[in-house]
Amino acid sequence: MKYLMFVCVDHELATPEATKDMGERALAWMQEMDGRGVRVLGNRLEDISTATTVRVRGGEVVLADGPFAETKELVAGFDILECADLDEAIEVAGKHPVAQIGSLEVRPFAED
Amino acid sequence: MAAAFTDEWGRIVAALIRRTGDWDLAEECAQEAFAQALARWPADGVPDRPGAWLTTVAKNRAIDRLRRERRGTELLERNAADGEAATMNEPMDDDESGIEDDRLRLIFTCCHPALPLEGRVALTLRTLAGLTTAEIARAFLVSEPTMAKRLVRAKGKIAAARIPYRVPPAHLLPERTGGVLAVLYLLFNEGYAASGGPHLIRAQLCDEAVRLARALSGLMPDEPEAAGLLALMLFHHSRRHARLDAAGDLITLEEQDRGQWDVAEIAEGRAQLEAALRHRRAGPYQLQAAIAACHADAVDVADTDWAQITSLYDLLTEVMPSPVVALNRAVAIAMSRGPEAGLEVIDGLEASGELARYHLLHATRADLLRRLGRGDEAAAAYGRARELAGSEAERRFLDRRLAEARRPGGDG
Repeated sequence: MKYLMFVCVDHELATPEATKDMGERALAWMQEMDGRGVRVLGNRLEDISTATTVRVRGGEVVLADGPFAETKELVAGFDILECADLDEAIEVAGKHPVAQIGSLEVRPFAED
Repeated sequence: MAAAFTDEWGRIVAALIRRTGDWDLAEECAQEAFAQALARWPADGVPDRPGAWLTTVAKNRAIDRLRRERRGTELLERNAADGEAATMNEPMDDDESGIEDDRLRLIFTCCHPALPLEGRVALTLRTLAGLTTAEIARAFLVSEPTMAKRLVRAKGKIAAARIPYRVPPAHLLPERTGGVLAVLYLLFNEGYAASGGPHLIRAQLCDEAVRLARALSGLMPDEPEAAGLLALMLFHHSRRHARLDAAGDLITLEEQDRGQWDVAEIAEGRAQLEAALRHRRAGPYQLQAAIAACHADAVDVADTDWAQITSLYDLLTEVMPSPVVALNRAVAIAMSRGPEAGLEVIDGLEASGELARYHLLHATRADLLRRLGRGDEAAAAYGRARELAGSEAERRFLDRRLAEARRPGGDG
């Protein structure tokens, strides 16, 4: 079963102290999950200041700078997981270092 | 028939879900088997093994339906691929231990923490206890379509997100067992002290919660908290005939006719609690059951070992600190050391703010003020409690107390 995992950071919790060795810890998580064969692919994303929102309204392309919604938690990356079931996906997400300073949303791929 | 229903429903549904992976099919086939029993047993007599009879009928229905819908092979292959899943051809009625395992799987799946709490509760009542959607809707004061949607959504998530149908592995078991116990406890509490609406006791919810707790405690003999929860429910349930007067109003523990307490349930509760305590791993449910046992041991309030209850609340505060536990501890202190000592603790709780909107804090405070002869302050506190109370019966109870507190020279 494939799951998409959104990695969301809460900027109030992401203090310099809390994120000090985040890169190393995220790398360790990636290596563990790649080794187990549960991580199909994934990447960190650039800061939300680089995001562009695209809409088509009345046949015209309307662009906006930034993400579509102002929230406390922002998507900072994603991973595609291949897991036996939701319990395994929860376990994998729970080990991600960002889980401690944000949240991980795990959603199954729609089948067929 | 009623006994066969509640005993067998969960077993049959659990076994059919494992074999087909289809929750709706499992429920519908169980339903059809019971309908057939209702039609045939009155004339033919009840079979020697009603459970086996119902199971066979339900299983045959499932095979028929899968064949008719031409999806039998696909479904069974998919479930066989999941490893331990059985096939429809495996005898279902002869393998008692397997059936019990299925029921435990079903309990853990219905109470999976990835489902919303209200979905867990609804699913448990529907698939394990066999209540209809309409009955569950009535018990939780929502419309039938709302409850149906809740059930569809929960079942949909189990299928789409692939929530596993199994008893969790050892490293997850303690946490998940706690979640299952919490759902059963919530069910019992909903039945025992309804949070709103006209009926204070929704007897059926309590009965089902006791039945499910008894099943769980039997299925998990090494989990003392399961037996502890069952004991706790039994002690409370044993008082149900003494808790309400003819008008449906609350009677306090102090004023209940203890002759009406159910002796058999108290005895079962004691046996369960003693068995649980022998594991020497006392958790919150065992401690609460031990407190309830102190009440069951006493002929009246004066005879109650309040010092023992206070020390049990001290232990409970360590393992499960909560404002409500702190309030109950204050009541025990008031009973063992006098109303002033209790009032001091309660005023501290009120100052901390957490329970400011909890009607029982104000009702308890009012009661202690009344005992101290401080009628005006008591009346004000009863008034505040009344504003915050959730059910009509609770409000009527507080009205009587308010009237007593206002009476000159009150009863002290």
